[in-house]
Amino acid sequence: MTVSGGETVLFWVIAPLMVIAASGLLVVRRAVHAAVCVVFVMISLAVLYVAQEAPFLGAVQVVVYTGAVMMLFLFVLMLVGVDSADSLTETIRGQRWIGLLLGLGLAVVLCGVVASATFRQPVGLAEANAVTNPVALARVLMEHYVVAMEVVGILLVTAALAGLVLTHRRRLGAKPSQKALAEAKVAELPTGRTLTPLPAPGVYAQHNAMDAPALDPEGRPIEKSVSRVLRIRGQERSATELLTAEETLVRRELERPDDPVPSVGPASGTDGDGGGAR
Amino acid sequence: MELTNYLYLAVILFALGATTVLLRRNAIVVFMGIELMLNATNLALVTFARMHGDITGQVLAFFVMVVAAAEVVVGLAIIVTIFRARRSASVDDANLLKS
Repeated sequence: MTVSGGETVLFWVIAPLMVIAASGLLVVRRAVHAAVCVVFVMISLAVLYVAQEAPFLGAVQVVVYTGAVMMLFLFVLMLVGVDSADSLTETIRGQRWIGLLLGLGLAVVLCGVVASATFRQPVGLAEANAVTNPVALARVLMEHYVVAMEVVGILLVTAALAGLVLTHRRRLGAKPSQKALAEAKVAELPTGRTLTPLPAPGVYAQHNAMDAPALDPEGRPIEKSVSRVLRIRGQERSATELLTAEETLVRRELERPDDPVPSVGPASGTDGDGGGAR
Repeated sequence: MELTNYLYLAVILFALGATTVLLRRNAIVVFMGIELMLNATNLALVTFARMHGDITGQVLAFFVMVVAAAEVVVGLAIIVTIFRARRSASVDDANLLKS
């Protein structure tokens, strides 16, 4: 059996990319980026399986690993908090260098094993795959590994149950009724809680987005009319700035009496729409 | 190209996964390192099946995939439980047994 030229090119294109993506797991700060790196490695592995005469495993790799396992990872990341960046402070002194040294040593030892082993002339799977790869796999599986299949089935059921039991949370108190919730809200009134919905954001002549605060009857901006998230991020617009911008615009228009007003058409004559909108 | 190149790739991926387990603190990233190691083993198994013309290697890789799926379910459930109790997914914070 000889390896075709196309497969050689495929290997030398994909393998370096896979190594780069896998090293991304070491350097990337955010867990989500690490997950994307692993997804890339897994899809590339599926391509390599198909190239290596294992099309069934290639499909299973995409379905099980990238489809199920990595999605599960992303779900858990969502639960735990996407922003949980890794702390880079060392709790054991020199752990980084010791870990790198051990990893490098492992790679060198395993490479040495592969290099020193003598492999016989590769046979290839053309003969074994004569009845198509999935059928050949099923025959081996059902002839020699039936018990293992059953045990793996039991393992999967146990794992599903374990997942349910581990993430189940028992309710400690009684479920609060609607009446109790309403009473609790009223009891919190002295601490500054409001019973009504929060005021809507402000509407200005030039601006009516979520980030502009509404004005109270005395013309002061109401803090609670802007979403808390925007306030914490500092993306809230100041009401005075918006009002000043409007005033300067109006003043500039008024100081140019000889200019034709663009919004009012020459045919309409009346200043109903144009004047009213300003 | 020799088929051993696939084995070298598997070895490098395995070592990178092991280094991830040793270096990273976020429990989820550590778990991804374990997945990378399992995948590298699968690549070696598929290559061995091709070398020997025996499809049993692929059956073994198939079993590894199934067991890995079960392992991920239990492991991630444990991580979620620890996160609920301690509000952290860092492996350094789970040191309840330390004096």
